[in-house]
Amino acid sequence: MVRTLGWLTAVGLLVGLVMAFGVAPREVTQGNVQRIMYVHVPLILASYVAFGVLALASIVYLVRRDAAADRVAHASGEVGVLFVGLGIATGSIWGKPTWGTWWTWDARLTSVAILFVMYLGYLLLRGSIDDPERAARYSAVLGIVAALDIPLVHFSVYWWRTLHQPPSLMKPGGFTGSTSILWPLLVNLLAFMLLYAYFVARRVRVLRAEAEAAA
Amino acid sequence: MSWARRALAVAWKDLAVERRSKETLNALVFFSLLLLFVFQFTLGSDRERLAAVLPGVLWLGFVLSALLALGRTFLVEREHDCWEGLLLAPGDKSAIYLGKLVGNLALMLLVETLVLALFIVFFDIDLGRAMPGLLVVMLLGTLGLAAVGTLFAAMTANVRARELLFPVLLLPVQVPVLLATVKATEGLLLGEPLAAVAHWVKLLVAADTVYVIVSLLTFDVVLEG
Amino acid sequence: MTLDPIVRVSDLRKVFGFVRVLDGVSLDVRGGEAVALLGANGAGKTTLLKILATLVRPTRGTATIAGHDVVRAAETVRPLLGVVAHGAWVYDDLTARENLKFWSTLGGLHADADDLAAALAGVGLDRVADARVRTFSAGMKRRLSLARVMLGRPRVLLLDEPFAGLDQRAKKWLEERLEALKAGGAALLMVTHSFGRELGVADRLAVLAGGRIALDTPRGSLGPDDIQRLYAVHTEDTP
Repeated sequence: MVRTLGWLTAVGLLVGLVMAFGVAPREVTQGNVQRIMYVHVPLILASYVAFGVLALASIVYLVRRDAAADRVAHASGEVGVLFVGLGIATGSIWGKPTWGTWWTWDARLTSVAILFVMYLGYLLLRGSIDDPERAARYSAVLGIVAALDIPLVHFSVYWWRTLHQPPSLMKPGGFTGSTSILWPLLVNLLAFMLLYAYFVARRVRVLRAEAEAAA
Repeated sequence: MSWARRALAVAWKDLAVERRSKETLNALVFFSLLLLFVFQFTLGSDRERLAAVLPGVLWLGFVLSALLALGRTFLVEREHDCWEGLLLAPGDKSAIYLGKLVGNLALMLLVETLVLALFIVFFDIDLGRAMPGLLVVMLLGTLGLAAVGTLFAAMTANVRARELLFPVLLLPVQVPVLLATVKATEGLLLGEPLAAVAHWVKLLVAADTVYVIVSLLTFDVVLEG
Repeated sequence: MTLDPIVRVSDLRKVFGFVRVLDGVSLDVRGGEAVALLGANGAGKTTLLKILATLVRPTRGTATIAGHDVVRAAETVRPLLGVVAHGAWVYDDLTARENLKFWSTLGGLHADADDLAAALAGVGLDRVADARVRTFSAGMKRRLSLARVMLGRPRVLLLDEPFAGLDQRAKKWLEERLEALKAGGAALLMVTHSFGRELGVADRLAVLAGGRIALDTPRGSLGPDDIQRLYAVHTEDTP
């Protein structure tokens, strides 16, 4: 089943990339670099899904102490951090020619950066604990705390950037929903979700094999 | 109620040990003085610049002291093998969390008051009307830091690279508290009434509530072994 | 003396990473009986003790104390235990009395001032009850640990090298205390490295080697030399 998932993902990515770089229209003001959005946005959204799954799996683990739930949380964390990192990188690549800067401290970017560091910490915590049972427990607690913190982070950062301050920056990619842009975006979104699921499935398999070898 | 007695016992024990050994307290006082000198050398000469960055600098001092204090909160247990004793304590471990939290809060507020006093004296700052509001913000902000800090300190007490991991885990999660306290302090020092920064205060209250409740519920899990 | 073992360990396995520390350990300890657990460094003695103390979860197998599983019923098991480990669970900056009061409160024991005074007197620390533990010798700290343990009236005592670092007088004293606890019906499991008179308390000897109990025999009239020989044979370790 994982292999079918893999093939589906590959097909999805292929179609998505063709649509993004071939079929979709060239953006008027930003030029071809705007096409990165078809990769950047799905990466970020998929990472949100990853962290949501991490939080749920963490709760399931604490309630049922099922090692499988822990493996899903672990794998989800790894893929999530990867996707956020790539999302930030692609965002910067998009940003440099578009806004003239690699980075800016606007609300959305700041929130995503904090997310990245939080879940990087999650992986660091896992890596620091040798006992797998304790690592699972502690990571689950951290995963839940992080998830509950996200709305607080969003609000505080948003208020910080908007209250008593004009919006510092126009949001790029203000697409008005024309179908020629929407379809490639949706296809890529689906493709990256599949990629997330595929990576997690593969990773969970590896983790389970490692656990069984040790027992 | 046994739960409350156990929490009280832990808080009393921490404060008694601290009062007698003064290890953490000395470190924090010395550290605060050091911060004061550094801030003076880098910012002190330009009064306008100082006024502009004061809220941030003040909370930077508070946060760094908090990291120091919270990072050490389970040190005495680790050093004397009392950690096992905590693990084997019967009943709800959240009592231990509450005791530790109260102890940490007391210590942190003490040091923050000292830092604030030093700032007032050495930078000749007039807080006046801002004082009550500032104290409210300090209390709420410190509670937020201590609530998650105590939980994370327990989690990192026995892991590798503890001194690095603890701040790495704590600071991103504390961003809402950092932003809210600095922004609220900023407003208060500009002479605004507490009501003007009410949204930040409400955020702090919400954050503190979430942090304390989650920590109370999950501390048992952390102290399982 | 009860016939049913209070401590039952059955096919216990523990893996750390890729190391099989315990590989099928089975052991029983009855009430009123003391078992000395011998083994080379790193053989897993402390790990076994920690599993029984509910501090570590086994990878496989079961361990029960008074019929309660140490993993599933950890909360029920803990009040039955008395643990004397390397660290004495003492806060150096508190007095002996304050230490005892703290641990008894944390343990949910309702020990009043008289109980604490009696416990301290029982271990000969009544005269230094209000001195800071920082000033105590290793032997005194060990005695304080025992006072703490005895306040809880445990049914099972888990001891990790309890005689280490004690002078002759303290060793004799500890022997007497342990015999008294045995007479009261407690089951004792004692990890030890020494073959001398410390083993006098033990009714049975168990040698842990290769992740298993290689030898489980009544101590009977075995002298230190016999024990040393048996130990060497089963562990290929020169003590």
